Amino acid sequence: MKKLIALLLACMMVIGLFAACAGEAKPTEPKADDTKPAGTEAPAPTEGGETAATGSVYYLNFKPEFDGALQELAKTYTENTGVPVKVVTAASGDYATTLNAQMGKDGAPTIYNIGNMSGLKDWDDYALDLTGSAVAGELTTNDFNLYNAAGELKAIGYCYESFGIIVNTELLEQAGHSLDEIKDFASLKAVVEDIHARAGELGFDAFTSAGLDGSSSWRFSGHLANMPLFYEFRDDGVTEQPATITGAYLDNFKNIWDLYINNSATPAANLTSATGDQAEAEFGEGKAVFYQNGTWEYAALTTDKFSLDPAKIAMIPIYCGVDGEENAGLCSGTENCWAINSKASAEDIQASLDFLYWLVTDADASAVLVDQLGAVPFKGCPDSTNKFIVDGNKLLSEGKYAVTWAFNFTPNVDSFRATLVTALAAYSAGTGSWDDVVSAFVDGWAIEYNTVNG
Amino acid sequence: MSKKNDGAGLNSRLIRRPIQRWAPLFILPVFAAFCIGFVWPFIQGIYLSFCNFNVPSDAKWVGVQNYSKIWTDASFWNAFKNTALFAIVTILLINVVAFTVAYALTQKMRGSNLFRTVFFMPNLIGGVVLGYIWSMIFDGILRAYSTYLTANATYGFWGLVVLVSWQQIGYMMIIYIAGLQAVPEDMLEAAKIDGASGSQTLFKVIIPNVMPSITTCTFLTLTNGFKLFDQNLALTGGLPSVIENGAKMNKTELLALNIYSTYNINKNWHGVAQAKAVIFFILVAVLAITQQYFTRSKEVQQ
Repeated sequence: MKKLIALLLACMMVIGLFAACAGEAKPTEPKADDTKPAGTEAPAPTEGGETAATGSVYYLNFKPEFDGALQELAKTYTENTGVPVKVVTAASGDYATTLNAQMGKDGAPTIYNIGNMSGLKDWDDYALDLTGSAVAGELTTNDFNLYNAAGELKAIGYCYESFGIIVNTELLEQAGHSLDEIKDFASLKAVVEDIHARAGELGFDAFTSAGLDGSSSWRFSGHLANMPLFYEFRDDGVTEQPATITGAYLDNFKNIWDLYINNSATPAANLTSATGDQAEAEFGEGKAVFYQNGTWEYAALTTDKFSLDPAKIAMIPIYCGVDGEENAGLCSGTENCWAINSKASAEDIQASLDFLYWLVTDADASAVLVDQLGAVPFKGCPDSTNKFIVDGNKLLSEGKYAVTWAFNFTPNVDSFRATLVTALAAYSAGTGSWDDVVSAFVDGWAIEYNTVNG
Repeated sequence: MSKKNDGAGLNSRLIRRPIQRWAPLFILPVFAAFCIGFVWPFIQGIYLSFCNFNVPSDAKWVGVQNYSKIWTDASFWNAFKNTALFAIVTILLINVVAFTVAYALTQKMRGSNLFRTVFFMPNLIGGVVLGYIWSMIFDGILRAYSTYLTANATYGFWGLVVLVSWQQIGYMMIIYIAGLQAVPEDMLEAAKIDGASGSQTLFKVIIPNVMPSITTCTFLTLTNGFKLFDQNLALTGGLPSVIENGAKMNKTELLALNIYSTYNINKNWHGVAQAKAVIFFILVAVLAITQQYFTRSKEVQQ
């Protein structure tokens, strides 16, 4: 009997504890939000608890490289306006899981990232319709936005990126070639094979290693695979995720992949353990002329990790032997789109919209944005000095067509890419056939489509 | 039943009373933590396995639909098969090697303390770190034969076995050493006087006496084998990923990793992953209880 009483007592206390927690949680919420950025204004919330009609912002950041600058911007904004802005950055590759966990909590993110159409399918119910919002009014292009089936603007593409083949023009000239020679796949191939054949005497090779380690494989299973997808979708007029693909341009994919792996210093059998850092270092240290990557590599190559002269590097389109490709530009698109949590309180939503508007219109803030993100499609933002973005814009101004990011349609993207990497690795090592790559591509797409929509 | 130090002092009413009265207070913090950290998430987890949800707060009840999806999910059964095989191999390998090493190190030899420390050390390194280190080691070795770790399921599987054995043998060895040291000296002496051979002493005297250690160690290796996640993720990540009979198959994926990747497909699969986790729990619980029952029954009273 005594035991029972004791147990009951214990239960009561536990429940009391919960009640106390629950009772306390609400008034402290705004405090918890501003502890990080507003260290200087900590005493304010005591009375600001009620006057927080201005709301607060919780920005769940997608880009790790943008974290430092964004934290500073948030601090500045809080100093200027008194609105608490909390910035949390998810670990690289962990955004989906982090977002999922955070959204389930009280005090969920008010600004978050939606990467593509399948992301929008998951988060449509949680994304505010941004049509007609002030920040949307500042956009110079709607090409990078995400719209749901009802045509509502659910996420604003706030920066876009391009990828292609980065060239060390200084080494290219040392090898007796120039950028003007490279106009299509045939001319690229001629230059590349010539350099590779003379690698011993030149002291550098044509391509960096096409590493298939997890830190590098996305360059091929994701970005290079965009080439066959883009041309197929262009021919077929695809505008939303198709259930099946034909792989009509996979021979072109093979062309360029063979060129990569046969003309680099790294033997094809070693690619699975070759990392992204390895390829970056080969290019940064001047051991290779060509390196497939994107505009985001600019800072690492010129200042952060290596000190290549911006005047001596360039980005050219990826050529793979498709008719008319001499008119191709860089591959441009984005996985960076701002969405506002529609389930947040009205004040927080307004605060978040205001914060985004400030980011893209304030002279100092937008300068930081451009500096950090490269190409930013807002009216008030200055042009980027990123050499690769300049190269890309030059191609477009010459009337070349932009190769869009067709891979954004990929269903169950991680699994799709894993199978493709497995097949590419086996093919490169000589233990698998190209048919497996084709199967990973075509059959893999259909399987993943059914998985996602089944 | 009565041992030397069962605390006669504790039986005095003066001490027993306050302990009985205030015990709940001292139990409370842990009990609360247990409820918050285990009981409640567990109940919620079971509930969510019957729901379709993106985040737990917007869960919609869908009945057993998630469970029926599992039956047709080839990747789950592939992972199940891998896990079962992996558990059997590691239970045998780890326990046999750990016992042998422990037996050797209790035979008064020079430097046995040093060996104990060194063998135990791998256990102090985290699973993810170990996974990456070993993937480099294996790739480095396999490179000499122009192949690589994720080239086929066999390399990945045995790589994982080597990694986990290396990590856990030291730990199990410590438990076995403790068990071996508790074997009564007089029993061993009696066996010697009766003329028991070395192997007779081992199988008829020592092993029955270390049965409690064997129970503990098989339990730990069994549950560790089934729950393995970080080493699996870091070493192969489930690769190679291939298409077989019209379905995707991650050839070296174990159950925990399969649940994780199922969850990450998209929001339609969150509930299915949750259902898999419930099945996974029942499976591990049943196996562990069965194993406890069988090894316990072989333990001897000293």
